Amino acid sequence: MIAPPRSAATVLESLLNRRSMMKRTGALIVGMAAASHVAPGRTLAQTPVASGPDPAPPEARELEPTALDTWIAIEADGHVTAYFGKMDMGQGTDTGVAQFVADELDVAFERVTVVMGDTSLTVDQGGGSSASGIEQGSWPLRHAAAEARRVLVELASQELGVPADQLKVDDGVVSAQDDTGTSISYGELLGDQRFNVELEWNEKYGNGLDVVGLAEVKTADQFRVVGQPVPRSDVPAKVYATYTYIDKVSVPGMVHGRIIRPEVAGAMPVSFDETSVADIPNVQVVHRGGFIGLVADNEWHAVKAARQLKVTWSDAPPPFVPMESLYDYIRETPARHTNPGVTANVETDDGDVEAALAEAATVIEAEYEWPYMSHACLGPACAVADIREDGGTIWTGSQKPHKTRDGVAQLLGRDIESIRGIWVHGPGSYGRNEADDAAADAAILSEAVGKPVRVQYMRNEGHGWDPKGPAAVLTLRAGLDATNTVIAYDFHAKGFSAHDVQSNASDPGDIIAGQLLGMPRVEKDSFGVPEESYGFANKRLGWDVIDPMLWNASPLRTSHIRDPQGPQTTFASECFIDEIAFSLDVDPAEFRLQYLTDPRHIAAVEAVMKEAAWESRLSPNPEQDDPAVLKGRGISYAQRKNTVVAIVAEVEVNRETGRVWPRKFTVAHDCGLVVNPRSLRNTIEGAVMQAASRVLYEEVAFDENNVTSLDWSSYPILDITDTPEEFNIVMLDHPEEPPLGAGEPGTKPVAAAIANAIFDATGVRIRRTPFRPERVKAAMDANSQ
Amino acid sequence: MTQVSLTVDGKTQVVDVDEDTPLLYTLRNELDLKNPRFGCGLSQCGACTVIMDGEAVRSCILPTPAAEGHEVTTLQGLGTEENPHPVQEAFVEETALQCGYCLNAWVMTSAAFLEQNPDPTDAEIREALTGLKCRCANHMSFMRAVKRAAEIQKTASKQGSLA
Repeated sequence: MIAPPRSAATVLESLLNRRSMMKRTGALIVGMAAASHVAPGRTLAQTPVASGPDPAPPEARELEPTALDTWIAIEADGHVTAYFGKMDMGQGTDTGVAQFVADELDVAFERVTVVMGDTSLTVDQGGGSSASGIEQGSWPLRHAAAEARRVLVELASQELGVPADQLKVDDGVVSAQDDTGTSISYGELLGDQRFNVELEWNEKYGNGLDVVGLAEVKTADQFRVVGQPVPRSDVPAKVYATYTYIDKVSVPGMVHGRIIRPEVAGAMPVSFDETSVADIPNVQVVHRGGFIGLVADNEWHAVKAARQLKVTWSDAPPPFVPMESLYDYIRETPARHTNPGVTANVETDDGDVEAALAEAATVIEAEYEWPYMSHACLGPACAVADIREDGGTIWTGSQKPHKTRDGVAQLLGRDIESIRGIWVHGPGSYGRNEADDAAADAAILSEAVGKPVRVQYMRNEGHGWDPKGPAAVLTLRAGLDATNTVIAYDFHAKGFSAHDVQSNASDPGDIIAGQLLGMPRVEKDSFGVPEESYGFANKRLGWDVIDPMLWNASPLRTSHIRDPQGPQTTFASECFIDEIAFSLDVDPAEFRLQYLTDPRHIAAVEAVMKEAAWESRLSPNPEQDDPAVLKGRGISYAQRKNTVVAIVAEVEVNRETGRVWPRKFTVAHDCGLVVNPRSLRNTIEGAVMQAASRVLYEEVAFDENNVTSLDWSSYPILDITDTPEEFNIVMLDHPEEPPLGAGEPGTKPVAAAIANAIFDATGVRIRRTPFRPERVKAAMDANSQ
Repeated sequence: MTQVSLTVDGKTQVVDVDEDTPLLYTLRNELDLKNPRFGCGLSQCGACTVIMDGEAVRSCILPTPAAEGHEVTTLQGLGTEENPHPVQEAFVEETALQCGYCLNAWVMTSAAFLEQNPDPTDAEIREALTGLKCRCANHMSFMRAVKRAAEIQKTASKQGSLA
């Protein structure tokens, strides 16, 4: 049941009463704990710790989604604070939200501060999730800001004696449209007081949360800041080294913690030898069940002690198959169905695929393989926890701090509300990385030693013990009739579940410490299929998952990495589309246009073809001017939720070394309304380049005991020497439409575009990633024999 | 524990640390500096880079006593918003970061590099910055920013020579 919004009259009455009371008494009624003063345009997440080593987080606020005050606050100097329940991971999401708030309120962008990711200051809007920061997360702020403007103008109307519809607002100053009479500012009208206005709430938390008031939001013709390339507010502080990231959060009395992990995954600590660290001062070991860690006053001492501590581990059988048999293992292991009531995961099933395949004149089949991948965050996760008898605080870089707080509180057996979670920017986060696990480890250590504890993982733990992107085998079949029309298309993915641990840490069973302490977890089957619109007559897209190789506290537990399963599934499907086109002697871009049905998909493919000056021809590239450096081009496209991306990759393959250099990318990107082209360019470039890194280099290595890719040399990523010479972007802007997600979609089509370009350059189809030089060279050598 | 005298960002201070403490830990914990940061501890990523006597060095593997008698500059000491280093100015102008966690590596290494090679080609920039890690993969913006920094530096030195 949604509570009806209070009438504007009631709201106004209460506001006016309070204003007249203020005038009578001369007292300023401060109804809320306004955020301590923040420099304009800065995000508050850094503020509690930016001023010194003693962070005193702002006082908790009331967080009823139905209250306008939950979302927007106006300070006496006219400064606006927007309370955003999502996080920015470096794409400028908060800047985009501030642009909307500035426009809806008719204030300058510089007046708006966005506060993010503190469970005591912001409502749970789902955190960083599914590229939804702008697409979904901006709406409640936008609606609230529009309503705030409406209420402030009503208030000004009473004060100025001018009807509201004859007033205008210019940078937070309300005056008559005909410029007669006096004016009054937002700060004068409401500074530091509550609105006390109710909004209608859809009773959802998370990504889908929305609230609305009586006001209409602005239309495209009214935007002043939205659509502009406003620079991100956080950039100067980061470049001039005044920004405080999670790794520099410091609490009085804090000690440094480190965790000890087994050499054989699945082994549990049985005992430890305290004398082995006796030469290091003030070391305290914490051993609870399967959990073992330690703290020391000095960080370097903690590092040394964790390396030195002798731990006796339980005998655990080697949990993993040899890495070289991974894909056979996936093929041979029976699919499972654990989701209630589900016996098969078929997302699309048009016509009768098996019958059409049986009738087909030609059947084409191919199988693609995608390895486990690591988040490999630039810095291994760091967290600070101060857990006391009556409650506590956790500072975390997790992109979903509300959920992290919920999970850690339950892990400690505490009342959820007694623990505060504060997000502080950490290394770029692209899904369920190990930040949540670090927060829990810090909390357990803090509770055990009775002091605030800072945990920072070491590099090998960042690479070795983060949740991984699931490995998969993807099988495709297509049937062609005698006229070379595609009459059957079958896509099937089989791999590890993307929810071996959930994509957030609200359940302690999904946190590694929770698993070590015996918390149960709910396994969920999750994979996916490509999002495309090929109009094949008989078409089936389905997936299956298999059990993990190790059930508990596995370094190969799988969860979400950027655009979860999109890179895997789209790699396979968009390569296979090229393989069909090749078998039909058709240009691969033209083949796509022949079968695509969604007009936005067609528009994106056409736009990228035009921008890349795509000329119709067959692969492989017949014109190689230098046999030592083979040149090729590849096209691919994908949809991610509602955003559409098409890409052309132009590569050079060194025949001698096998090195693949993506010399040029051309991208057509349709994410509806472009809120900030400056941020969007950066976001698209980053998404594409990270995806290029994944397909060219990335693969988690393991042996039968554990993960063995534990640093940047054993888990290489893209280097600046791989940077393309050219990177052209066509932003297909739709100002009249809502804004859509941009953080993930650019990731999706890249692997196939590069694979297709390698085929075009070399005539060799490589169906297993990554395309490291040795693999590409071996494939070319095999082909030329 | 041993006493080490360090000159960092123009200030000389004496710290009391274990001899094997990497300079990175000393800068962050004893001198309370925010920006050289822990990325790998293996000299593989550059997040801990400082400039020592004009050379970019990785502070995560350098024992603290090895910095004694040298001039160490961190990102904080390189320039300020009011008086920026050309590389910082260029990185701000070009929004040459996503999360910014690795920024120290790129800015410090570029600053030391442009001192030695004020007018680099693209290939020279790539060669100078090879090995540095950026997980957000914002390499395009780094290339733009370093080229922009070289221009800013050139304009500044031209103005300097005219003055």
